[in-house]
This record gives sequence, C-alpha cells and structure tokens, in this order.
Amino acid sequence: MDKRTCLYDKHIGLGAKMVSFGGFEMPIQYTDITDEHLAVRKACGVFDVSHMGEVLVTGAEAERFVQHIFTNDVTTIQPGQILYGMMLHETGGTIDDLLVYKEAADRYFLVINAANIDKDYAWISSEAEKYDVKAENQSEYYGQVAVQGPDTERIVESVLGLACKELTFYTFKKIEVGGEVIIISRTGYTGEDGFEIYGSHAYIQQAWDKLLASGEVKPCGLGCRDTLRFEVGLPLYGDELTDDLSPLEAGLGMFCKLDKAEFVGKEAVARQKAEGLTRKIVGIELEGKAIPRHGYEVVVGDEVVGHVTTGYNSIMTGKSVCMALVDIAYAKLDTPVQVRIHRKLHNGIVTKKRFYQKSYKK
Amino acid sequence: MAKVIEGLYYAESHEYVRVDGEYGYVGITDYAQNQLGNVVYVDMPEVDDDVAAGEVFGAVESVKAASDLISPVSGTVVEINEALEDEPELVNQDAFENWIMKVKLSDPAEVENLMDAAAYEAICK
Repeated sequence: MDKRTCLYDKHIGLGAKMVSFGGFEMPIQYTDITDEHLAVRKACGVFDVSHMGEVLVTGAEAERFVQHIFTNDVTTIQPGQILYGMMLHETGGTIDDLLVYKEAADRYFLVINAANIDKDYAWISSEAEKYDVKAENQSEYYGQVAVQGPDTERIVESVLGLACKELTFYTFKKIEVGGEVIIISRTGYTGEDGFEIYGSHAYIQQAWDKLLASGEVKPCGLGCRDTLRFEVGLPLYGDELTDDLSPLEAGLGMFCKLDKAEFVGKEAVARQKAEGLTRKIVGIELEGKAIPRHGYEVVVGDEVVGHVTTGYNSIMTGKSVCMALVDIAYAKLDTPVQVRIHRKLHNGIVTKKRFYQKSYKK
Repeated sequence: MAKVIEGLYYAESHEYVRVDGEYGYVGITDYAQNQLGNVVYVDMPEVDDDVAAGEVFGAVESVKAASDLISPVSGTVVEINEALEDEPELVNQDAFENWIMKVKLSDPAEVENLMDAAAYEAICK
C-alpha cells in the first residue's frame, strides 16, 4: 500500500492522474505534461515533493561522519550552504544521491530520494554507530514543495511572504513562520531558478493553497519533473544512478572528492578512475521523432552496446534524445549509434547529456 | 463523453476500422486518444507490410508512454497517413478523421469479429 503525502487530497481535488512512485501515490500530471513543463520553463510551477526523505545528523562528530558517508567535501562550505553528492557502497555503486544542508559543523540536514528512504536510513544508522552522532529520520514530519521557474523569486516573496532574494544558488535559510521553523533553499531539479521549501504538513498545505490561489503558479506533476530534469541532463536515481552504477560512470565524478581523507566507496571509485571506465552514461540525439525509452537497446552494427536510461522527445527542442549507458568504446562524442525503437533501428549520434541550457540564478 | 461513430467496426483495444470496399482505414478511437493525452509520435508501419488481426502494427506515444497499436484486421498496408509524421496531434484533434493506415483486407469477413458502435460505446462507459 503506497503512502500518501500531506497534499494528497489537493491532488485528487485538482483531478490529477495519480501513479505509484517511490512507494508513494503521486500526481504524474494535472492537465498535460507539456503544458506543465512549459509553465516551469517560462513562468512558475509548483511540485509536491513531500515524498522526499529528510535525515537530520547532529552531534560532536557530525562533520566527520558526513564526510565518511558522503562523496562531496562538506568542509569546503559554510553554514547556510548546500552540496550535492552521493552515498556509495564499498563497491563504488551508488546507494543514493542527495543534498546535504550544512546548518553547523555539528548539524547537517540530508535530503534523500523517496524510494531509498528505508535503505538509506538503515545504512546511515549502521554507519553512525561508530561515531558520536545522532541520525534522525524526519521524513514523516516534513512536507515539501518545489517552486520552480523564472518568476519564482517574485512569487515566493509576494505570495508566501518569504524573503528569499538574497539566497544564492545552493544556499538556504530557516525562517520562523507562525510558531514553526521552515527551511527554504535556492535549489531544484528542473534546470530553472527556484526554491524548495520544507515545513510541517500544515504549513506546506497552506503554502500550496496560497500559491495556487495566486493564479500565477501552475501545479506540476512528476511527469514534467522528469522531462525537465532530463532535458538539462540531471540524473534520476534508478535510471542514471543505481546500486550497480558509480558516479564516475554516470559522469558525475566532479561530486566525488578523491582528495578527501576517506569516504565509503572512495577506493573503488579511485580504482575505476585509475584503471579507466568500461561503460558510461552518454547523451544520444536521434534522427527523426521516434522516442527512445528506458531499457531500449543501443546498437552498433549487430552488437548491443548499451541501453537507454531515460529518453523523450525534448519538449523545448523537439528532438528525440536520450541518456544511455554504453560500452566505453562507443562513449565518445559524435560516435554514430542506433537505438532500437519498437521494431526498427533509428540512427543517432553520441552527444553531451545536456539537451537544453540550464538557467540558474547564481 | 467520447465520440463513437456508427458504421465503423471497433476492437476492444480501442482501434477502429472503416471499411471502404476491399480496403480498411485503421486508427484509434476518440476514447483512446482521450485516455492517452497529447499524442507526440505515431509509430506507423510501412507500405507493403503485412499486418494480422490481433497483432501489433505500430504505437502511439504520449510524452510519457508508448501504447501498442493492435491491428483489428489482416491484410497488406497500402498507405499510411503521412500527415501524422509531422503532426501527430491530429489524432487528438479528430481521431476518426485521422486514420493511421489503409489496409487491403485479405479477409473482409473478419470485421464481423469486431464490435459495432453500440457495443463499443457500452465498453467505454
């Protein structure tokens, strides 16, 4: 039985089409994926992302512990800053990708994927036994909305009354509102400017209602969340990162700081880097409009050389494009490849994974 | 309320065939296009392909998903609706006007296995 977020009744009220995602019953679209996608690219959209998990790590050794479980280097940021990175198995495979919010050297807020909450929290808790830290799963407490698009800053300030102008990309602050402390960060998963807001269920329900009542914000489902993140080359755990795939193979090596003293999986990743990869996630652009989808074969000659991880007809460019995991011999830019779509092979070429430019406000 | 047209034959998988002499025009129903949402790609067979009743002959795709097209009739493809290559959304605008393939029927009596408008309307409720 799937869980429901604190905004479930709102989705039903809006007539959303609901699907199962990461153990939650979530809206995939309210009206149409393309319309919702365009709203975020051109104006403002709001997503229910209350399914995401939150883990608070506190204690004297919090920093040393986060350095141990996280691939990026949190000693390089100040309180109020955020880093993206991964938690890895010893094999270098990815347990999850996550955001780490540094509140203080002894207090970190981790935001993890819905589908991985149980797995992550079990692993974090077991690793935490060796440290003077407390790791608390706060996923049930927090609701979360992502407000995304070029008009977001003005709308969050005027409609929600949250002062957010001074927040730069990947920073956050806590604000006291009506007796509770909410968290707002300049982050997102769409390639557009925007904010993510964490608060109690009551606060998030109220924020949702205000945003929709303003008439300036379109409710957006997970369908366009996926087309938006894909178009700017952002990975989705389960597609471009898995227990079996390392960040290096996903082209995310920049988030693994091998100059750190240690982190779980560091040796495996360092070995991959030294010995060279055998496969890699690439972008592929196809001729024609046929749509490559997750699992479809990438073919060179008679040989299957990889599989599509995510693919769409890009809403902004109209081109059929995909990310795919391919043998390293075919990972170079401009390599001609084919993708088997239904019964036919379609010609394509290896490209960068970014099919549309991000427009973050830095 | 989905539109259903008298005189066509309907399959449970929501394709229709409009019979014109020895030919059949095959497409998806108004109900199907409505369920699918905006069509962004139609994967069509090629002229001279053989198709068989009950077998996949192509796909209609929305942004998120591909749905197989199942042929309601057997025969040989003599024409495809090339307008759908550039404007797949025509299927949403009028699914009955914008057929997908024209088939030379190898067994015209086959359509008797399909539903008439009244029977099809009943399963769309």
